[in-house]
Amino acid sequence: MDIKPEEMIKINTKPPAKHWMDIPADLSEGKFCYPAKAKSLEYLHLPNPRDWSPADEDWKLPENWQQIIHEGFKERLDKYRSLKVFMDVCVRCGACADKCHFYIGSGDPKNMPVLRAELLRSIYRNDFTTLGKIFGRLAGARKLTPLVIKEWFSYFYQCTECRRCSVFCPYGIDTAEITMMARELLNLIGVNIHWIKDPVSNCSRTGNHLGIQPQNFKEIIEFFCEDIEEITGVAINPSFNRKGAEVLFVTPSGDAFADPGTYTFMGYLMLFEHIGLDYTLSTYASEGGNFGLFTSSDMMKKLNAKMYHEAKRLGVKYIIGGECGHMWRVINQYMDTMNGPADFLDVPKSPITGTVFENAASTKMIHIAEFTADLIKHNKLKLDPKRNDHLKVTWHDSCNTARAMGLLDEPRHVLNAVCNNVFEMPPSTTREYTFCCGSGSGTNTEEIMEQRLRGGLPRANAVKYVHDKYGVNMLGCVCAIDRAVLPPLMNYWVPGVEVTGLHELVGNALVMDGEIERTMNLRMEDLPGAEGDSDE
Amino acid sequence: MSLNIIMSLVAVVVLGAIAFVGGSVPGLQSVFGIWIPYAAVAVFFLGFAYRIFKWAKSPVPFRIPTTCGQQKSLSWIKQNKIDNPSSTKAVILRMFFEIVTFRSLFRNTKSEIKGDRISYEWEIWLWLAALAFHYSFLAVLFRHLRFFLEPVPYCVKIVETLDSFFQVGLPVVFASGIVLFAAVLYLFARRVMIPQVKYISLIADYFPLFLILGIAGTGLYMRYFLRVDIVAIKTLTMGLVTLKPLIPANVSSMLFVHLFLISTLLVYFPFSKLMHMGGVFLSPTRNMANNSRMKRHINPWNPDLEFVTYEKYENDFREKMIEAGLPVEKES
Ligand code: SF4
Ligand code: SF4
Repeated sequence: MDIKPEEMIKINTKPPAKHWMDIPADLSEGKFCYPAKAKSLEYLHLPNPRDWSPADEDWKLPENWQQIIHEGFKERLDKYRSLKVFMDVCVRCGACADKCHFYIGSGDPKNMPVLRAELLRSIYRNDFTTLGKIFGRLAGARKLTPLVIKEWFSYFYQCTECRRCSVFCPYGIDTAEITMMARELLNLIGVNIHWIKDPVSNCSRTGNHLGIQPQNFKEIIEFFCEDIEEITGVAINPSFNRKGAEVLFVTPSGDAFADPGTYTFMGYLMLFEHIGLDYTLSTYASEGGNFGLFTSSDMMKKLNAKMYHEAKRLGVKYIIGGECGHMWRVINQYMDTMNGPADFLDVPKSPITGTVFENAASTKMIHIAEFTADLIKHNKLKLDPKRNDHLKVTWHDSCNTARAMGLLDEPRHVLNAVCNNVFEMPPSTTREYTFCCGSGSGTNTEEIMEQRLRGGLPRANAVKYVHDKYGVNMLGCVCAIDRAVLPPLMNYWVPGVEVTGLHELVGNALVMDGEIERTMNLRMEDLPGAEGDSDE
Repeated sequence: MSLNIIMSLVAVVVLGAIAFVGGSVPGLQSVFGIWIPYAAVAVFFLGFAYRIFKWAKSPVPFRIPTTCGQQKSLSWIKQNKIDNPSSTKAVILRMFFEIVTFRSLFRNTKSEIKGDRISYEWEIWLWLAALAFHYSFLAVLFRHLRFFLEPVPYCVKIVETLDSFFQVGLPVVFASGIVLFAAVLYLFARRVMIPQVKYISLIADYFPLFLILGIAGTGLYMRYFLRVDIVAIKTLTMGLVTLKPLIPANVSSMLFVHLFLISTLLVYFPFSKLMHMGGVFLSPTRNMANNSRMKRHINPWNPDLEFVTYEKYENDFREKMIEAGLPVEKES
């Protein structure tokens, strides 16, 4: 990044003199996500596949694009009460304005959630309200022009659907919901981004976003097992696509693919081995994440359908889901509605502690942090938190698990059992107030690095606070996107802070049966003072 | 953007002037004093009901509460029942606090970058002003029942007594009217003075403020300065409620202005952002329980979609799977 952090943080919050309707979106190189390739759209049978660039003057929209948007808008108003109410009730009090990380990091007024919503609302007024039809701009309405589409493309991909604004809005207006609708509309005319569409088309075919084929998926996991054996001396043989297992375990494929997510995956494997869980992995349902959420509800449903489909085929009793953010928004708020009822599964019951997870009585899927917290509470794990003593850890709540679920204390319970040095960031930046990593909802792509660093500024700044004050050097999280995008964010704003998943820390602290003395952590780094620090 | 302010102000002044002139013309008094108010009340109720009906007609396909606290999970983890409700009872509590105390607005913070630090300070003024505005409006409305009921109910008198608690001397000064006026002024000032809020403000934001300012202003003016003939006004208002409308002699023209601005507000209400009053009850991020893992939520239009089934997947990868030693359903 050419801009230095000291420069980037100088943010001009003064709104421009011109009316926002008269300012076209900046779509110069570096300011937009690359569009989806024609072949991805073709594979997914999505409209208007073509090769184009947002920097082009002509976006090659279908001939009747205005009509498509109008009808699509109407259809969604009839299908979603949320959209209708949110279009109508905003009083423009501005309470949401400086709650958005993109606004804080950019100062661009169109990144205030309220104005982001107005981008869509202005068209709503024009097309669907009497006042808007009569008074036009005086009533805050405007005509749908290609410039509006360009502006939508720019700003609805500068919203990470984090829902922070919704916490503060007196009517609960959720700009994430509005962004989801706007993206659906854009999809109708073939305006979408490759970083979402490629994973989606991969996921349809191979079962996961990254396009890992079955044999490779198996190889990757076996490779993890070799590492685990080298580090702990314990050999692990997880099963794949095994019928009759008690539990199907599904986690985001990011964990299989890139550091530091891979260490978290190793943590899962070690934990399951240690407690003797009868579980299986699936190469077909090998994706917990769901980039459909960032595209359209139909796509979300199609991708999510695989989990129940596979659970049924394998005849498992219930499903455990790994550490991921948006995956859990889908599971908690959409899965059962879309693809249930899961009447072929049992209410999850921990085979180790006997705890019945009544909170998942219908969906039959529990979060691994819930599962592990229960194990720890019942003293079923032998842990040596001293092995994490060289770490000073702070905790990042992921947007979706925080504001679309409320998974806050389960991971903290686990964290505090496996680490001795935990320091919380300031309360206005954690739990339901948590700040997004800046790269969620399918925007974690290289070409918009500046946008991501700006959006991640509030999160990074809070980490910097505990880094400066307590010497925090590790940022923990339960989200695969976080694990992929927080490292570059930290590198830029708070060098010296690394990123870890929860179960990597668990894996490091776990004292497995028959293990050798640990001299390395899961990253194969030497443990400080390993010789003098024997386990028993 | 300042144009929006000027136009809203002009609109309200013009409306007031029309009513003032109309109210001075004996022949038009019944139009401004009787027929317009009647029509306005009808439009208000019908419009309000229509809007609610229109919202309610769209289904709520998904359970999407914004969770603002710990979920219900393990028995020993303390759930935040109000901000992350899992039962209907708790949702009602959440809604109660939202509607009665503006709980979400209470969270408001102001972020500011100072050097290399971002700070978030609690910003209570918007919440306070909003609360002051809505409650004083409610109190004023309630006190006005005196004009529409005979005998004046006891509860109205109690509110009047409470409202004039800080009274010293005569005439009786009601705090609510003054607080209302001041709160609207504050909300206006805030809208103009905070550059970001000014940037997003529309005529639809200024107009109701000026309208309410006009209503409160004419009310205060009549009560404390004009010292209008209350008996005459009550004759008029009682005529309206008993459906035997009449225009008594010596009603001040100012009353017609007051009435006309109120009528405007009533007509405008259902077609404007003021419908947040009804909308807040229907907001899916607030009025739903976060229990979609416990109880299946039904989407009435849940589409049947084709997805890539395991069979298709295996057909695609069978050989590779066999080679890798992965179990398959069909050997070839
Ligand atoms: S907080 Fe809600 S009502 Fe206020 S401006 Fe934002 S979206 Fe509109
Ligand atoms: S959902 Fe998040 S990113 Fe989107 S407008 Fe709201 S605060 Fe900003």
